[in-house]
Amino acid sequence: MITAPPAVETPKNYINAEQGLKSWLLTEDHKRIALLYLITVTIFFFLGGMFAVFIRLQLATPTGALLDSNTYNKAFTMHGIIMVFFFLIPSIPAVLGNFLIPLMVGAKDLAFPRINLLSWYVYIVGGIFTLWVLFNGGVDTGWTFYTPFSSSYSNGYVIAAGLGIFINGFSSILTGLNFIVTVHRMRAPGLTWFRLPLFVWSHYATAMIMILGTPVIAVTLFLLVLERGLHIGFFDPAYGGDPVLFQHLFWFYSHPAVYIMILPSMGVVSEIVTTFSSKKPFGYTFIAFSSVAIAVFGFLVWGHHLFVSSQSVYAGMVFSILSYIVAIPSAIKVFNWTATMYKGSVRMTTPMLYAIGFIGLFTIGGLTGLFLASIGLDVHLTDTYFVIAHFHYVMVGGAIMGYLGGIHYWWPKMFGRMYPEGWSKISAVIIFCGFNLTFFPQFILGYMGMPRRYAAYPPEFQMLNVLSSAGASILGLGYLIPFCYLLWSLKYGPIAPANPWGATGLEWQTASPPPTDNFEITPVVTQEAYEYSTEEVVHVG
Amino acid sequence: MFFTFKGLPFFPETASSIAAHVDALYAFLVLTSAFFSLLIAFLVVFFAVKYRRRSAGELPPDTNIAGHGAGLILEIVWTVIPLGISMIMFVWGASIFFTESRPPADSMEIYVTGKQWMWKIQHMEGPREINELHIPVNRDIRLTMTSEDVIHDFFVPAFRTKADVLPGKYTTEWFRPTRIGQYHIFCAEYCGTKHSGMTGTVYVMNQDDYNAWLAAGSGEGSMAEQGQSLFNQLGCGNCHPSVINNNNGRCPNLHGLFGTSVEIKDLGPIRADEAYIRESILYPDSKIVAGYDNIMPTFKGLISEEGMLKLVEYIKSLGPGSGTPTGATPAAVQTSASQPQTPAQRRTNPQATTPPTGR
Repeated sequence: MITAPPAVETPKNYINAEQGLKSWLLTEDHKRIALLYLITVTIFFFLGGMFAVFIRLQLATPTGALLDSNTYNKAFTMHGIIMVFFFLIPSIPAVLGNFLIPLMVGAKDLAFPRINLLSWYVYIVGGIFTLWVLFNGGVDTGWTFYTPFSSSYSNGYVIAAGLGIFINGFSSILTGLNFIVTVHRMRAPGLTWFRLPLFVWSHYATAMIMILGTPVIAVTLFLLVLERGLHIGFFDPAYGGDPVLFQHLFWFYSHPAVYIMILPSMGVVSEIVTTFSSKKPFGYTFIAFSSVAIAVFGFLVWGHHLFVSSQSVYAGMVFSILSYIVAIPSAIKVFNWTATMYKGSVRMTTPMLYAIGFIGLFTIGGLTGLFLASIGLDVHLTDTYFVIAHFHYVMVGGAIMGYLGGIHYWWPKMFGRMYPEGWSKISAVIIFCGFNLTFFPQFILGYMGMPRRYAAYPPEFQMLNVLSSAGASILGLGYLIPFCYLLWSLKYGPIAPANPWGATGLEWQTASPPPTDNFEITPVVTQEAYEYSTEEVVHVG
Repeated sequence: MFFTFKGLPFFPETASSIAAHVDALYAFLVLTSAFFSLLIAFLVVFFAVKYRRRSAGELPPDTNIAGHGAGLILEIVWTVIPLGISMIMFVWGASIFFTESRPPADSMEIYVTGKQWMWKIQHMEGPREINELHIPVNRDIRLTMTSEDVIHDFFVPAFRTKADVLPGKYTTEWFRPTRIGQYHIFCAEYCGTKHSGMTGTVYVMNQDDYNAWLAAGSGEGSMAEQGQSLFNQLGCGNCHPSVINNNNGRCPNLHGLFGTSVEIKDLGPIRADEAYIRESILYPDSKIVAGYDNIMPTFKGLISEEGMLKLVEYIKSLGPGSGTPTGATPAAVQTSASQPQTPAQRRTNPQATTPPTGR
């Protein structure tokens, strides 16, 4: 995955500065750590994707010809655990955030380079636990680990899986800590808070959630481990516990965790839309503060996962109205991105295709969230395929489209190479179409009443399931193409200039790839972010 | 209801009084979402084409109005309009939920016990069923539900309602079936290996057919009668009087108790409902009636969840307004022929659930 040493005349950069495996495994350079994360999250992405393939093959027929129900349950559990905890949560922050935040604030590195490296090793240890579970027969609780099934009835390796996520959580906390301190303490001279790129704002909000929320899931899973291993009663009524307490604690983190996945993606889209409209973002402060608002309100809506869990009627109503409130900042962002394109100078590059795809899919994902926030409607929809479709529109249509858009946008900066334009555009379109064909039918299936986590289903649901499985095969192909041409580009791609997109932002003012210390001299910032007018370009009415 | 979506593709069957209301709200949300999705999609594509870059190095004119004047007005507009629309959705959804969570007072009661991986259903008149539920059309039905093991969820898509079924707790769900027919029951909360096999069928019948169905079986007596014999078998009556005005001062009289307010030592008055009865049998020391001593032993482990429901039903039958067990209809056990095999059940039987292993 890492390039061979480039040609001799290449100037020193962070990739060729040192040689050998040890120089990578013991690196304290945020850019190299970002590449370590890039490799590992990619492995976990394809591993999680493999389970998605099993799921969609199984559901192509009503009786589920491929797997027995026990194996099917393990497949969707491993799909969820791997994708949520080992791909989606670290993907943008630990890869793009790690690489870009020091560059964007004009610093040489993150505030705590060794803690940054530690976070990767912690992630690897958590990942090893998960792989151990996988190779020893898996776990069948669903990624939500609901008690008392997980604590007293499951046959799977619940303790090992729980510990893997527990450990992995510390990686998230360390990354968040590093981002917050870096943004507070290491901004270049003149780089005031309101001159920060929107990518940094969204990562700042994400880091707040990581630090405040992750300890709660860690404690929750630890209590689960204690109950399962030592029969100390927290959740199982047989030991005097309350099973719904687990759901409250679990969602207190896991709902904000959705924003850990989507906020960084929103930051990526803010950058891309601005650059390829060559225009200041419409409503910079509104986009910036909407990220913070999402992070704050995101902590107050967990109870909307418990509308049918015997929660009191009035608690349900409070969580319902708060869930509508948290939707508003997302709507503000969508409108602002759209308005940014108005009277811009729009270029349909590959990153821009992904960003536009994000806006479309995230809009649908967000709007269908309103269905689930509406408490009377959620009673019918919860635990059906409607929920599956909704959160895949947000997490795959949103977070992964943003991640791929960001990878394509900053790839020239990260590796100093361009990728083939034609292939990349075709694959963006394939992913968009495949995605919609996979998940749109699931909204309908959900309203028709098909419950989630079913290894077999009544025959009347088959037609829509076949459409979904067909879409999934297109989507899978769509993900393989970028994997191939991006690898190809590392060696054969045209050399990228320092600023191939004509973008603003400090990361584009240094070489591609950047030198180990990022900047030859510490940059001084004298203007707001996204000032596109410079002398050498001509204004066109 | 002003209109229904019966027969439209992509709508499930509409078979309860609440279903048309849920469908109407759903349709409103679909139309609103379609409008905004298409609006955004149109604008993005239109701007991308209209304002495409026409020459290298082109920069747009400085039209940035965000943050002040017209820009601020736009920001306020696209904050306030979505907020207003979403508040309509909230109030509409909350009002439906309010109806969904308040069973009418004179509902017909049926007891449901979830267990990996089957639904056990007990009618007050005595009949028991597994994975089937026979009910009369146009009657309010209230399910009182509990689980023997993990969390389940009783979901009938045609009725547009569901509720979790929890171990150690009673939850309720109600509906008023409006159309004769057969409808799916799904377990909607993941409950382990054969979760997708934990399905069944609701049979909505006209009142005459239902009466005939009730009369078809015979045997065990009404639920309250079964509860009474369990009550005697366990020796409850040795301490607890169950006839009017017979107070021995040692244990509270159960006659006329259900639904009334009970004074609890150190806690004050609480309502004697199903959960209170259950707790007092399993954990007698947790709520002591004022004026009595903590002398009752626990019956934890001695009574199944179904037995518990029968005891509750017996004590209910002693409640205000009736002195003797009700439900004179001959009982029937409807089991053997009524266990439909789902596709999942026909497949290889996966390993059975074992007790906690600590792995």
